[in-house]
Amino acid sequence: MKMIEGHVAIEPPHGVPVWDVDPYDPEILADPDAYYAELRSKGPFVYIPRYSILACGRHQETQEVFSDWERFVSSRGVGLQDFKLETPWRPPSIILEVDPPAHSRTRKVMARVLSPKAANALREQFRAAADKLIDELLERGSFEAIAELAEVYPTDVFPQAMGLKKVNRRYLIDYGAMVFNALGPDNDLRRKAMAMGPQIVPWITEQCKRENLEQEGFGAEIYAAADAGEINEGEAGMLVRSLLSAGVDTTVTGIGSALWCLATNPQEYEKLKDNPKLLRPAFEEVLRFTSPVHSFCRTTDRDTQVSGVDIAAGTKILCVLGAANSDETRWPHAEKFDVDRRPTGHLAMGSGIHGCVGQNLARAEVGAVLAAIVQKVGKIELTAPARWRPNNAIHALDSMPLSFTPH
Amino acid sequence: MTKVTFVDADGNKTTLDARDGDNLMQAAIADGIDGIVGECCGAMMCATCHVYVEEPHLTTLPQRSEGEEEMLECTASERRKNSRLSCQIKIGPDIDGIVVHLPEEQ
Ligand code: HEM
Ligand code: FES
Repeated sequence: MKMIEGHVAIEPPHGVPVWDVDPYDPEILADPDAYYAELRSKGPFVYIPRYSILACGRHQETQEVFSDWERFVSSRGVGLQDFKLETPWRPPSIILEVDPPAHSRTRKVMARVLSPKAANALREQFRAAADKLIDELLERGSFEAIAELAEVYPTDVFPQAMGLKKVNRRYLIDYGAMVFNALGPDNDLRRKAMAMGPQIVPWITEQCKRENLEQEGFGAEIYAAADAGEINEGEAGMLVRSLLSAGVDTTVTGIGSALWCLATNPQEYEKLKDNPKLLRPAFEEVLRFTSPVHSFCRTTDRDTQVSGVDIAAGTKILCVLGAANSDETRWPHAEKFDVDRRPTGHLAMGSGIHGCVGQNLARAEVGAVLAAIVQKVGKIELTAPARWRPNNAIHALDSMPLSFTPH
Repeated sequence: MTKVTFVDADGNKTTLDARDGDNLMQAAIADGIDGIVGECCGAMMCATCHVYVEEPHLTTLPQRSEGEEEMLECTASERRKNSRLSCQIKIGPDIDGIVVHLPEEQ
């Protein structure tokens, strides 16, 4: 059995084009649109020889593979490594990286803790924090929107909502980036991420313990599920870890990308100012248009077929969410950021049973920031080009100098 | 194809031929029905696909799952006895002619 990047090397399935591309090339990661388009144009699947994986980027197949958990499992890892054959760098997530029935048990707890109601209860608090931050930035006029806004806001409100007693902004952001870089091949990005492990992982693990969480907050509610016997104490710690892994860097990215969309599409921003009701669908359009999680894998656990293509058991399939979200056949004028679009059906938050369990919280956080901006800021402008920060699974900005002009 | 009817909060009716195998939320979105948002696209996380189902279909629909029960506690408009999540209603011959009312708010 020949292994490659931690999984079994496969033969290219009959009729599937072979494409010698590196989806993890830093240049592609920074500016993926041409790669997305070529991936879609080649067919429902391509075979990528250097990693011996299949990749899909058309909406239909990507949705099918990403949401059919029976044929395309998550328990063998959502990155390139196959957990059935190799030991992952950290104990697997007990929600993201498991299948039913194990998944159903932990998902139920998390869906309750992060319900729309729970997110709604935080709305005023989130809005107050957003008003304060936006007022400060308006006062200053120009600022670095990633370091001084996108990274600041979630690391302000999220630890509080979690009930973390200790906060280290840098560690919280970097841990997420690390977890996502770990999903890629053994490249520079992954090696650098792994090198940060010894410093960050012990700190994160410590914060997941019951005694390091306040009496109130998502952390305490997860431990309450342990007290009620739904999960055990160790599992509660693991679920807190999931929130620290997936809850910070993603939202930072969502805010940064939303600002980028508005700064580069001033006519769309005008529409939002005129009609704040569009804010909610506008964030969905930001998600569709920028796909903060650009790709995640699944592993076939049996021989199967998708759109007439035979796929062998044990195949890693890279589901390129960014490509699916810009598929012209699903989204007319996909290349246009359009706040009047109703982008329901985008895959930026996943689909099906693993669909983002933190989405209500993400929407509440980003929604509060956007509501504050629309109310206070007349004009959003880039003062220098934005730069993207390559990551093996996240498409995020690195820096974006912005200016805010009041109404 | 299956006939489904949406009645909005002002009483306006839209009847459409929905594709079997989809769910009711998807059919509404595909047809541009306002009043169904479907933000989580069926992951049962958002409760923005809330509908009130008329008889006789209310009784004949499969029972709510535990997840649907919990999510219906989070609806923006009041939960009633006939509240359902439209993303959990599969389209097929058994719901032909179904009539659902849309809430004021999602
Ligand atoms: C804009 C922000 C966010 C984006 C784009 C995003 C994206 C995603 C995606 C694509 C998935 C599906 C993964 C899969 O199917 O393999 C997912 C799952 C998940 N997300 Fe998010 N997410 C965001 C915010 C959050 C937040 C704020 C939290 C926590 C508070 C969170 C926690 C999770 C967890 C725990 C899962 C695993 C769910 C499961 O496997 O059942 N996410 N997210
Ligand atoms: S679409 Fe979100 S719960 Fe139905």
